[in-house]
Amino acid sequence: MMNTLRRIYIGSLLLAAIPMLSQTGTKAAPTSGQQQTKSNPVHGAQKPDGQQVFEQNCSRCHNSPPGFSPSINVAVARHMRVRAGLSKDDEQAILRFLNP
Amino acid sequence: MRLLPNLRFFTITRRIGLALFSLGMLCFVPGLVAQIPLISGGAGFLTNTNAGSTSYQLVAMPVLAAPIGEHLLVEARGTLLESFTPKGNGQEGYNTSHFLAWSYVQADYLATSHVTVVGGDFLIPFGTYNERLIPIWISNLQDAPLIFPIGTGTTTGLGGEVRGNAYSTGDVSVSYAAYVSAGSTNRQFSAFRSAGGQGSVYFPKARLEIGASYGRIREGNHSNAVGMDVWWEPAKIPLKVRSEYAHQPHSQGYWIETDYRLSQFHGPESLIGRLEPVFRLQQTFRNAPDFTDGLPSANTQRIDFGLDYHLPHEVRINTSYARQFSSTGNFNIWETGVVYRFLFPTWKGK
Repeated sequence: MMNTLRRIYIGSLLLAAIPMLSQTGTKAAPTSGQQQTKSNPVHGAQKPDGQQVFEQNCSRCHNSPPGFSPSINVAVARHMRVRAGLSKDDEQAILRFLNP
Repeated sequence: MRLLPNLRFFTITRRIGLALFSLGMLCFVPGLVAQIPLISGGAGFLTNTNAGSTSYQLVAMPVLAAPIGEHLLVEARGTLLESFTPKGNGQEGYNTSHFLAWSYVQADYLATSHVTVVGGDFLIPFGTYNERLIPIWISNLQDAPLIFPIGTGTTTGLGGEVRGNAYSTGDVSVSYAAYVSAGSTNRQFSAFRSAGGQGSVYFPKARLEIGASYGRIREGNHSNAVGMDVWWEPAKIPLKVRSEYAHQPHSQGYWIETDYRLSQFHGPESLIGRLEPVFRLQQTFRNAPDFTDGLPSANTQRIDFGLDYHLPHEVRINTSYARQFSSTGNFNIWETGVVYRFLFPTWKGK
């Protein structure tokens, strides 16, 4: 039984590795949501990049719903700060990204 | 006092609930808040065929997040569930049951850039599943992992929590959470008397996260639980690898889940690119009999094969097949579901 499970698991990992090997060096496909259509806002040298912060933290669990109202950007950024354990700088970066 | 003659007899949990509810209601008074609260969440129709018996569920999980001023956030998540299960014993038809409860209700005070103080009925920070993957619009598979009860208890604590980001650069991010919970048997705010914490190190460039959790139930047998989690989500491809290990005195186990969105084939909006195969392997090990720790009574293995399809407008179809192996019996689990995710402001802004 255990050997069968191990074989299935190793087989699945190998299957998952095929696209990884074939796509090495290519650019990641854009995620759905409004972020893919927005340009990266310009920040100071010391400020974190909002799009990068979003992709590296929020997008790990979920995509951003497309076209949500800008009136809730503050709520979105603050909620993500608490939920994803972000710093204040990261929260501000997400806010700048949502409000370019 | 006359208006609320029984207030002094309220339990502490009811008072906390009342205070949070009142705070939440403030969020709906436009003049009192500078920012507009959001309502998010998901709704879905789920089916589950477990060992030949099929049940149906209508579920909604709304989330409220209301920023108040510069330092406060009130947030809550509820679960509304309508279940239809077969009557069994040769009888035809279905039994129906309702479930309506808070998943969490908490107030977050952003004290400093790195410290957030949480009060209320909060999600226990143990492992990753309880805080991140339970929402139906996030989870790839309907069922929680078998080791989910380890360290999470009733899934929520009632008391206080300190959490935040301890250190963050472009190369590494360290986050933490520590909590103390009172015991409560209140139906809406049940919790164990417990304490614990969690720390994780995240390497954003490698998209690799390693975390460790500890929890101690300070009632009954005063048991300890420890856990580790590793997530890897490479930036270059839409692959996710998530895993957890957890141990408690009489049982332990692990799960590992991989999913790969086929968005590299003609883009994420293409017919093929909307597909997301999922695979999960999990095992639990029983060290000694314990009917209270929430894990299977015998060593158990389970494999899940899922196939999710991302439709436009945040609608997703989830399907999965699982086979569970144990000395107490082997059986199949078939699951399907349609889930819709929503996000909108509580009122129209300027």
